[in-house]
Amino acid sequence: MNSASKLSFGRIALYLVLFVFAIYYLLPLYVMLVNSFKPLDEIRQGDMLALPQAWTIAPWASAWSTAQIGVQATGLKPYFMNSISMVVPAVLLSTLLGALNGYVLTKWRFKGDGIVFGLILLSCFIPFQIVLIPMARMLGILGLAGTTSGLVLVHLVYGLGFTTLFFRNYYAAFPTELIRAAQMDGAGFFRIFTRILLPSSGPIIVVTVIWQFTNIWNDFLFGASFADVDSVPMTVALNNLVSSSTGVKEYNVHFAGAILAALPTLIVYVVSGRYFVRGLMAGAVKG
Amino acid sequence: MKKTGIAKSIALALGLSAASVAQAADVEVLHWWTSGGEAAALDVLKQDLETQGVGWKDMPVAGGGGEAAMTTLRARVTAGNAPTAVQMLGFDISDWANEGALGNLNAVASEENWDSVVPTALQAFAKHDGNWISAPVNVHSTNWVWISKSALDAAGGKAPTTWEELVAVMDAMQANGITPLAHGGQAWQDATVFDAVVLSMGNDFYQQSMIDLDPAALSSDTMVEVFNRMAKLRSYVDDNFSGRDWNLASAMVIEGKAGMQMMGDWAKGEFLKAGQTPGEDFVCIRFPGTQGSVTFNSDQFAMFGQGDGENDAQLKMAASIMNPVFQSAFNVVKGSVPARTDVPNTDFDDCGKKGMADLAEANDAGSLFGSMAHGHAAPAAVKNAVYDVVTQHFNGDMSSEEAAEELANSIEAVM
Amino acid sequence: MKERFQDLLPKLVLGPSFLLILFFVYGFIAYTGYLSLSDSKMLPSYGFVGMDNYERLWKLRHWSGALKNLAVFGSLYIIICSVLGLTLAILLDQKIRAEGVLRPIYLYPMALSFIVTGTAWKWFLDPGIGLEHTMHQWGWESFEFDWIKSRTNAIYTVVIAAVWQSSGFVMAMFLAGLRGVDSDIIRAAEIDGASRARIYRRIIIPLMRPVFLSAFVVLAHLAIKSYDLVIALTGGGPGKATELPATFMYSYTFSRNLMGIGASSAIIMLIMIFSIIVPYLYTELRSDSKR
Repeated sequence: MNSASKLSFGRIALYLVLFVFAIYYLLPLYVMLVNSFKPLDEIRQGDMLALPQAWTIAPWASAWSTAQIGVQATGLKPYFMNSISMVVPAVLLSTLLGALNGYVLTKWRFKGDGIVFGLILLSCFIPFQIVLIPMARMLGILGLAGTTSGLVLVHLVYGLGFTTLFFRNYYAAFPTELIRAAQMDGAGFFRIFTRILLPSSGPIIVVTVIWQFTNIWNDFLFGASFADVDSVPMTVALNNLVSSSTGVKEYNVHFAGAILAALPTLIVYVVSGRYFVRGLMAGAVKG
Repeated sequence: MKKTGIAKSIALALGLSAASVAQAADVEVLHWWTSGGEAAALDVLKQDLETQGVGWKDMPVAGGGGEAAMTTLRARVTAGNAPTAVQMLGFDISDWANEGALGNLNAVASEENWDSVVPTALQAFAKHDGNWISAPVNVHSTNWVWISKSALDAAGGKAPTTWEELVAVMDAMQANGITPLAHGGQAWQDATVFDAVVLSMGNDFYQQSMIDLDPAALSSDTMVEVFNRMAKLRSYVDDNFSGRDWNLASAMVIEGKAGMQMMGDWAKGEFLKAGQTPGEDFVCIRFPGTQGSVTFNSDQFAMFGQGDGENDAQLKMAASIMNPVFQSAFNVVKGSVPARTDVPNTDFDDCGKKGMADLAEANDAGSLFGSMAHGHAAPAAVKNAVYDVVTQHFNGDMSSEEAAEELANSIEAVM
Repeated sequence: MKERFQDLLPKLVLGPSFLLILFFVYGFIAYTGYLSLSDSKMLPSYGFVGMDNYERLWKLRHWSGALKNLAVFGSLYIIICSVLGLTLAILLDQKIRAEGVLRPIYLYPMALSFIVTGTAWKWFLDPGIGLEHTMHQWGWESFEFDWIKSRTNAIYTVVIAAVWQSSGFVMAMFLAGLRGVDSDIIRAAEIDGASRARIYRRIIIPLMRPVFLSAFVVLAHLAIKSYDLVIALTGGGPGKATELPATFMYSYTFSRNLMGIGASSAIIMLIMIFSIIVPYLYTELRSDSKR
């Protein structure tokens, strides 16, 4: 495909379209960045899209380490680890289980597997408001109320539907003949999974991890309801920073805080990009 | 930096030392005071308790004026993991008391004679079946109008005291080319203005319609007139009002783009933060026609029933909250007034002093009423039914006659 | 013996997930179904009141308004996101040099919590301080964009912000799908002399069918649960113009202490969702197993 390297009219138009969309996606970030570098007085003047007249990084410093989150002026800093220790196990477990489920549902089919998959899939649509109270009771009974493990369990359960769906639909397109051939060669259930399917699952693993990581990292409802003093996640802290009802609103600090709080997810997006490569299936066949 | 300055000065005022005694028990406190000054002020309470050997575990959940915290509370109680002390408003306290979940504070209340220093209207929430169940921290009054001094001078200079004068001032402001009324179109802000307009129809009418929820009063001609006045006020608001945060509405008055804002006393914080001085840069008056009356909401700390060891810590916390020195120091920062009437007003600014005097006067005259908009006149279901109607009418979805009718109907539907 | 175990193994692997979902999802739905027939107010209570809550629910004006809003918002959102996501994925798949830069730019909105992004959008869309104001300052006096303040158009601003947030993720899903397509198939078609557009229309897009299913489920899930977005952007206003079932449900269950009505609205929601999604799934999964 040497057309790719040629700088034709079509290529220029292509880049132009992609560039225009990039602007659409970046606009709100621009609003947030610009205002996070303004002193509050300038925001009060009510020109939200203008560049700062007097640049300041004080809002960023404040959001990170001195802003009032509760009675202590700690900034967002101490809450990072709480979120990390909740998100990492929840994402890994739900992704692994989702991959295995998808593998079983496409390559080890059994009678009634359609109904099982349907039920797993429909679980994606449960409104979280209704699970709050019974879930609280269950966590209390299991002795997990207010713990990080409790939060991991909650996020695992309500993430399974999606992870299973993603892998099942990805593996559905994977040639079943390869599996049969491997079985002929005497490979077992797990060996086929780790040697044949997993190596070519790069793109879908990225999609699943992005989805799970983002959802769990940004969850507020479960974090606020099931966390305790020691396990309060980032979003709840961010929310405490920004949504005061009768206090002065420091919008510049809010924007800085929101971007800081999103950094881990952003890093995941950028780093995971390199696994977004075209199918390794051919490689898997040969190996 | 500035906040810690506030905290330090309050700590000094209380004569606190940093020394902490061995901890007997901890209190886990669920609250939603997370923004600058108020959180720093609460930190003083924390330090005070620590000197008495009571540890403070902080569990803030902000959002929706306490709604998020109340959702958290329900999950925590259901899980059997209730916090020891919880910030609460009005009818939420009564609701939890009805569930039998709240601890008893009589021991400290009788010792410190709360019965005679806490305004009667507050006791309606702080006591249940004759027992003290919560310690009130502050009283916010909601029927304030904040007027830009320069805009007022340009419009004749006299602060309005009646509805007609208010209309005249707003007309003059409009003629001067500014937005007369800065308003944020969110249900609770609409309802805050609505409260004041209802109250301006007389104390009896407020009592009948907002507290007794008398269907005849709710659908009366007076109520139609209230909605007519709401529509009139709407005509002085700029077109971009809907969804605007109250802070940005205050900013319009501060910047001189608008003439006035009708908002509770917390709005003062925005003016002070912008370096303005009461009396010089802005004027605080009661909503015209409501002089001598006050609609309030009050933040209180209720204690959840726990073991004996913790009960001791809870009583210590309640006593600290009601300490006059703390009440003064906290409320100077918060913009509200103390929840007891015997606190000296020396540290308060002019608007604060006026607020304290108004509160005492209204308490004596029996014209201190719970605010509907802020959950102190009727239970949550009714409050939100009122929000629905007031907001839809304010946005032009129904006529004043329809609104009065709908108000009576929708309140009846949730009773 | 080993044979038996190998047969059982797949079910043993799937079992725990299935049981967790059965209990924590369907068990809780049943529980909610019961609450919807009870006199629950602030906390669950088990006094049976029959269909009372449902009758009261349907009398509420803004419940039907919320359902209508969801229909408008949901269909626009799902369609625009899918089309935009697929288009961007195909464009990005043309061996774009800057892919590594563009992909995160399209994706990043997902990372930001709407508690704060909502404020940025609110300001941007506000005619008094945002885009319209800026255009006027730049000299384009007749420029008008005040949808967020309009009772009829506010719902579309919710669509704009929602599409902004999640279309990038849909793009990533399609991109993963495209990268999963066996390159041999494409090469074979190229050798046959098929044009690029034709290859996409006839071969690649039909292969994306499972991805469309995934995208649909994800988008429908997001549409139904749009809560933060609405609260931060419009608070359900102006008036009740952008109230959605999610905000309604939360408000009745938690703010208004009418848990019975909240539960009945959840059940109605579930019935409606299932009645749309189950037939779709049924046809999808059947055509799948035929293949």
